[in-house]
Amino acid sequence: MTATSLTSTQGAGRAGDKIFSGAALAAGCLILAVLFGVALFLVVQAIPALTAPAAEIQGGEGFFAYIWPIVIGTLIAALIALVIATPIAIGVALFISHFAPRGLAAGLGYVVDLLAAIPSVVYGAWGAAFLAKEISPAYNWLAQNMGWLPIFQGPASATGKTILTAGIVLAVMVLPIITSLSREIFLQTPKLHEEAALALGATRWEMIKMSVLPFARPGIISAVMLGLGRALGETMAVALVLSSGALTASLIQSGNQTIAAEIALNFPEASGLKVSTLIAAGLVLFVITLAVNMIARWIITRHKEFSGAN
Amino acid sequence: MTSTLTPVRSKRSALTKGQLPKYAPYVVLAAALVVGAAILALVGFNAFGWAIVSAILFAVVLVSWSAAVEGARKAKDKLATCLVVGSFLVALLPLVSVIWTVLVNGVPGLLTPGFLGTSMNGVTGVYDNKAVEEGAPVLGGIYHALLGTLQITLLATIISVPVGLLTAIYLVEYGHDGRLARAITFFVDVMTGIPSIVAGLFAAAFFFAVVGPGTKTGAVAAVALSVLMIPVVVRSSEEMLKIVPNELREAAYALGVRKWRTIVKVVIPTAISGIASGVTLAIARVIGETAPILVTAGFATSINSNVFGGWMASLPTFIYTQILNPTSPANPDPSSQRAWGAALVLIILVMILNLGARLIARVFAPKTGR
Repeated sequence: MTATSLTSTQGAGRAGDKIFSGAALAAGCLILAVLFGVALFLVVQAIPALTAPAAEIQGGEGFFAYIWPIVIGTLIAALIALVIATPIAIGVALFISHFAPRGLAAGLGYVVDLLAAIPSVVYGAWGAAFLAKEISPAYNWLAQNMGWLPIFQGPASATGKTILTAGIVLAVMVLPIITSLSREIFLQTPKLHEEAALALGATRWEMIKMSVLPFARPGIISAVMLGLGRALGETMAVALVLSSGALTASLIQSGNQTIAAEIALNFPEASGLKVSTLIAAGLVLFVITLAVNMIARWIITRHKEFSGAN
Repeated sequence: MTSTLTPVRSKRSALTKGQLPKYAPYVVLAAALVVGAAILALVGFNAFGWAIVSAILFAVVLVSWSAAVEGARKAKDKLATCLVVGSFLVALLPLVSVIWTVLVNGVPGLLTPGFLGTSMNGVTGVYDNKAVEEGAPVLGGIYHALLGTLQITLLATIISVPVGLLTAIYLVEYGHDGRLARAITFFVDVMTGIPSIVAGLFAAAFFFAVVGPGTKTGAVAAVALSVLMIPVVVRSSEEMLKIVPNELREAAYALGVRKWRTIVKVVIPTAISGIASGVTLAIARVIGETAPILVTAGFATSINSNVFGGWMASLPTFIYTQILNPTSPANPDPSSQRAWGAALVLIILVMILNLGARLIARVFAPKTGR
């Protein structure tokens, strides 16, 4: 009797347990299903574009000829963003973790996080209305003095709405991501390593070079990869800032296009096969960012296992 | 007699010998500012160039002075410090510039009568031309966009919070770090990196396939935003549930409380401040998303309060379309004024959400008794 009263009189409670754990499990599985669904529905809707005769795709030379210039454009924009953002982000992260006065550090970190809070469309508007105008004299200078480099070939765009401007805006947008992730890693450096270096007479920079940076290298790499993932998929900054066109080597002329901006600019008015083409382009973007993100996450988890951090 | 004392004063202690005096950076900074201003005065003065030239002068002079007095190692340290501080100042530039630009351009738009209370219904290029040419007031506002943003974001929150919170509960309470839990953790991380436009395309493709081609409503946009929001909610809730002390759970179990009751009555209330602030930050993240709404909800100029039918405007898409396709192509100024006004409203919303998240975390934090 006592045994049954312990187990069976609370039937409602047990049912509650089952329902609750079932709901939790279902929610977890739903997330996997959604990610799977993203891939599935993109593939299903993209198939018409992949199988359609070449002449019917925009440009008339098939999907591959349509997609590769904008893939290259996407990579160029993301690369510019990373080249600019990475050193600055590491500097800012070091400043907050090791240089700023202790009391200020948290507040300064919040200021950098504010950069991440500003919506992308506002960055786009800022880039188009302010940055492009202010920076075009610099492009003229580059075209005149560095024009022998293919990437700075003139004549420079008069409006400043070039892939380089878009890359700079993207750099501003990925900066807080790389900064906050690297900051976390820098703060995890074992205190004993730092103090040992200082005790041996190292200057602050030597201490950072000897103990902080080697410890944080995998973390920095994965932070940069995550920033790359963001830069690849960012839409509005490019759509508003860049006056797009064919693929060109020069960064200071108008031209080039990225996948995300191509979709945003054309999808609202698209219909029929054009929709499929754009969804297929989205699929390509999805695969690229997925690969970048998975590599970054893999570096983080591999690092976690043997570093003892966390 | 006095000669024995004076050398001690004039000669510096052996400990501080070979170091720059404490005031060195300030002296160099002042000199750099003066010389920088002089150089800029020769080529035409502007504040930005002045700051850049002075900063470079400061770094060069300080480092070479340090190299001469203190040696190469200290000079390198000074150089690194200059670069690190410099990179922080450079990072502040866009922040200040963006906020300044939005304030300067947005305030006139925001202060236009009826800006918050009217929609763009019936506002055509004719009125904008009139506003520019005859000085008539700029008509049209963001009421429809504000309404759309609030509705879409609310629906997205209603979808994502239960799913995200339950997933976090599964990961922390039921997952036991098994294979499924690790798979979910990994894919949630991967999902964080889905480009927002791909999330929009997914929702569009899903509804095109299920409901019918060309389905664009606020609900589709809400689904797209949920895809972006769920991973953020999961991550933050998971972190918060993890730091609930195990003693609390064990105390509840020891009293014979069922696991689900323990979670609902003990674990979640303890972590609620962190969860709430995480959700608020997630809302702040998706409220400014443009691309997914652009491909899922279209854009409307009139008020549409039905999330499940018809195209819907939102603040970000309003900004985007007003800039890219001004209402009057001949006179884009009224459109850009409206766009900047909307941008200011959007930034204020996001900042309120961010500050709110911090406030929630502080006010509702569990009392630790310490």
